[in-house]
Amino acid sequence: MILARVKGNVVASVKYPCYEGQRLLIVQPIDEKGDDLGDSFLACDTARSAPGDVVLVEREGNTARQLLGKAEDPFHSVIVGRVDRVDVYE
Amino acid sequence: MQLAKVIGTVVATHKHDGLKGYKMMIIQPLTDSLQPSGKPVVAIDSVQAGANDLVHWVSAREATLVMENSFAPVDAAITGIVDDVYVVGGGIKNKEEIFT
Repeated sequence: MILARVKGNVVASVKYPCYEGQRLLIVQPIDEKGDDLGDSFLACDTARSAPGDVVLVEREGNTARQLLGKAEDPFHSVIVGRVDRVDVYE
Repeated sequence: MQLAKVIGTVVATHKHDGLKGYKMMIIQPLTDSLQPSGKPVVAIDSVQAGANDLVHWVSAREATLVMENSFAPVDAAITGIVDDVYVVGGGIKNKEEIFT
């Protein structure tokens, strides 16, 4: 699982059928201080997240398929939670 | 799952049985600002994408799940044709509260 911030969303009208009804968000990985880390990617949302939110993202297909409730569908990354607070020990 | 642009097609007459009947496209992965990110890859098309289309695609094991034979040797698949990309500025909401 990684920390990321929601940066925006993607709209597609022609898509593989399992993507119907899924929100596809742009997520930017961040470090423990909230600074950007690496390149953004797309993830399906299960946490009702919005742009500006800090979220937990899983980049692993089996998790994504279990959470999105479909065993045979091509999902790879999924937002699994919204972060309220991050504490880093000095 | 990432954005990409379709930049070409691949035709192969002699191929693994699992790939037969599927269209293969060369796609250039893109960032959210639609700048190239990394090198082009060959992806199976599941949505009838065309030249220069902006698409989203999936990599790794999940790519084969768009195919009838989910054990076909495939590691990238186009899963949608993108109409719009909305990037919202402003960074993280309540950053001071979350990262104390």
